[in-house]
Amino acid sequence: MDFRFDIIAEYAPFLLKGTLLTIGLSLAGILIGTVLGLLIGLGKMVNNKLIALPFSLYITFFRGTPLFVQILLIHFGVVPAFLGHTNAVAAAILALSLNAAAYIAEIFRAGIQSIDRGQMEAARSLGMTHGQAMRHVILPQAFKRMIPPLGNEFIVLIKESSLAAVITAPEIMYWGRAMAGQYYKVWEPYLTAALIYLILTISLSFILSRLERRLKTE
Amino acid sequence: MIKIQNLKKSFGTNEVLKDINLTIKPQEVVVVIGPSGSGKSTLLRCINLLESITGGHIYIEGKDITDKKNNLNKMREEVGMVFQQFNLFPHKTVIENIMLAPVKVRNVPAETARARGLELLRKVGLEEKAEAYPSSLSGGQKQRVAIARALAMEPKIMLFDEPTSALDPEVVGEVLEVMKQLAKEGMTMVVVTHEMGFAREVGDRVIFMDGGYIVEENEPIPLFENPQQERTQAFLSKVL
Repeated sequence: MDFRFDIIAEYAPFLLKGTLLTIGLSLAGILIGTVLGLLIGLGKMVNNKLIALPFSLYITFFRGTPLFVQILLIHFGVVPAFLGHTNAVAAAILALSLNAAAYIAEIFRAGIQSIDRGQMEAARSLGMTHGQAMRHVILPQAFKRMIPPLGNEFIVLIKESSLAAVITAPEIMYWGRAMAGQYYKVWEPYLTAALIYLILTISLSFILSRLERRLKTE
Repeated sequence: MIKIQNLKKSFGTNEVLKDINLTIKPQEVVVVIGPSGSGKSTLLRCINLLESITGGHIYIEGKDITDKKNNLNKMREEVGMVFQQFNLFPHKTVIENIMLAPVKVRNVPAETARARGLELLRKVGLEEKAEAYPSSLSGGQKQRVAIARALAMEPKIMLFDEPTSALDPEVVGEVLEVMKQLAKEGMTMVVVTHEMGFAREVGDRVIFMDGGYIVEENEPIPLFENPQQERTQAFLSKVL
């Protein structure tokens, strides 16, 4: 087997651009997904069942169907319905964000519910409102517990952004597939792509474990 | 100061408090004893509405706290509560635990709240632990911090829910000592406890609860030495 480094070198600028887009897609998915996820998680925790129901349905749909299907639906259905034409990058960001939001909502809810009831009671017995108790007592503690599962979700998000290749968003796997198609090669493009993803996910894990250690007070 | 009328509380079909009538005078120390499941903790938790009540009324200084029109958070500021499990905020230092409510609820300037907090820590003998996190304290120290935290809101009434039940025997004394001091200073207190020695020594009145009712109430000495009700006699014969 002759491994052709020269075609990797030839595609390096494209792969670099692809990497930047992968990072962009992932970051957008993380940020939008986190904000949406917090809102949806809160919505699902509302005591009124009627208000909680749509949030619950949202989570059920986005966790219960494949991201691949969601990407195709959004790319060929949802985005054209609003813009008149489709846009691969916008569709990818939308699909990744909406999907991540469903998982993050559940991480958020689990984090809050894992805090001992006594904490809320102590805060309320001191005269704090529900909002004050949430903000100063429950959320800071819940947030610390949410970091490991959130980190997990972010890593999944980076990897799943590769599905955007099928709707021609020019990220890492898009260029990998282009390279494979041009030279009829398997190992060069896909191993290179794998290596880039590994570098991204390992860096993220490193950052997250540092953060986790810094926030530890107990 | 506190007047409880026909208080009822159910959890589903389980009626925990059946018909409680109780009046607590200013500066009085009322000790509530009884077997587990008798409703004594629930009674305490109803007094600052940590449990919603099923029926009846609770008046604190003439105001009906069960009336939806009254601001519950405002009411709770007046009633301090100390829990069996301490419930200190683990992400905050001792002094931050104490300052949090005065600063956020009462808008006391941080400097004032800190000075007052240190004063309270001195009172419970833990001034040197101000910057420590709760996880580094012993159970007895945690409970003393919890008492200081409740006092920081300058409550008119203090409720103690089995404050020494989760403690190692050798540190029970230090917590009871702080509570005795508080009683001596004239704090109105309702204490649910299994510490019969404390009830006898510090209590102005002892209430024996069983099965969701107040079975008997009296001053400590007559109640302990000459209980009138059969159930009180049976309970005391087991615990004394």
